Amino acid sequence: MSIGQTFLGLLESGPRHGYDLKKTYDDRFGHARPLHYGQVYATLSRLLKDGLVELDGVEPGEGPERKRYAVTSAGVSDVESWLASAEKPEPYLQNTLYTKVILALLTGRSATDLLDVQRAEHLRLMRELTRRKAGGDLADNLICDHALFHLEADLRWLELTADRLDDLRRQVRA
Amino acid sequence: MTGQPLLEGDGLHKAFGPTKALDGASIAIRAGEIVAIMGPSGSGKSTLLHCLAGIVRPDSGHVRYQGAEISAMTDGERSALRRTQFGFVFQFGQLVPELTCLENIALPLRMEGVRRREAEARAAEWLDRLDLADVGRKRPGEVSGGQGQRVAVARALVTRPRAVFADEPTGALDSLNGERVMRLLTEAARETGAAVVLVTHEARVAGYSDREIVVRDGRTRDIAREMEEAL
Repeated sequence: MSIGQTFLGLLESGPRHGYDLKKTYDDRFGHARPLHYGQVYATLSRLLKDGLVELDGVEPGEGPERKRYAVTSAGVSDVESWLASAEKPEPYLQNTLYTKVILALLTGRSATDLLDVQRAEHLRLMRELTRRKAGGDLADNLICDHALFHLEADLRWLELTADRLDDLRRQVRA
Repeated sequence: MTGQPLLEGDGLHKAFGPTKALDGASIAIRAGEIVAIMGPSGSGKSTLLHCLAGIVRPDSGHVRYQGAEISAMTDGERSALRRTQFGFVFQFGQLVPELTCLENIALPLRMEGVRRREAEARAAEWLDRLDLADVGRKRPGEVSGGQGQRVAVARALVTRPRAVFADEPTGALDSLNGERVMRLLTEAARETGAAVVLVTHEARVAGYSDREIVVRDGRTRDIAREMEEAL
């Protein structure tokens, strides 16, 4: 996640303090992983150096939280081009599960057991996310759905792999 | 597992010609719990559901509902059990096309001898509950797939069954409608205390269950329980 561009986007609605930015970011995007203050101020000083934000005012008192930041027109262009560009799809080719399946087959262990145990663990998490959706708002639903679809993709791979185990075993041990 | 299960299949075998659909499958379902039966196509999961629901008689093994042997019942007794204690939701093709959606929901009550006015009043409550107030007077051919499945859910629950059997209930729906059907089905089942036996190959649908049983080559496996016991 690009914290810098997210800050710029949040600043488009008006100048904010560093603390306020962190709080809004954590509420909307942080979920289980809130930002550290160090990350917030390192990001803001980089944006300031690059001319993407400017100081809108400094209130009396000590500490960086007293500074208010505003997005510059260069900052707005930066958000725009970030939103317009595609993210690189992650192919997950070095997957731990894949390695475990092959290693189980190479060493004569049960790959079926491994896949079954993993399926149970995936479904446990999917139940948790499904319950969370029931009690959450639409934003919470969207983030849970994103996780659920990815977990489901893993599971589809697991099912397909389970169906191919006999062929795979022959190839791996040949 | 403590106490007597609501529904239990024990050592079930069933073959269709040379094909073994079930090869020693066992499952126990407690009152009010939602259990997903998962597994690849042709693994025997629908046959297991049909045996548990008394639709198909296993070649050997036992199916018990509240301790009573279903396979020992007469056809009439099994049919009465299905009408009064069980509800069903299938992938499609379950609504009577000539009846309105309201009449479809009221149908199981009418078959039980409930008078039309009362049956339709109770059916109308389910229309409201499943966000279907607008479709009561329409026929199944005139409503969307998602609405049709919600009508089927209402019909399955209108008799307040102890167990609902759902075989790929969202199989013909897009993600958003599938989610809505599952949410309404599981919420209504929890409110009325019905157990749900849910056959699905979709993990997101199984996410609505309390636990899953995997069927492979006609045999069942309860991995979560095995993992707990191994601790």
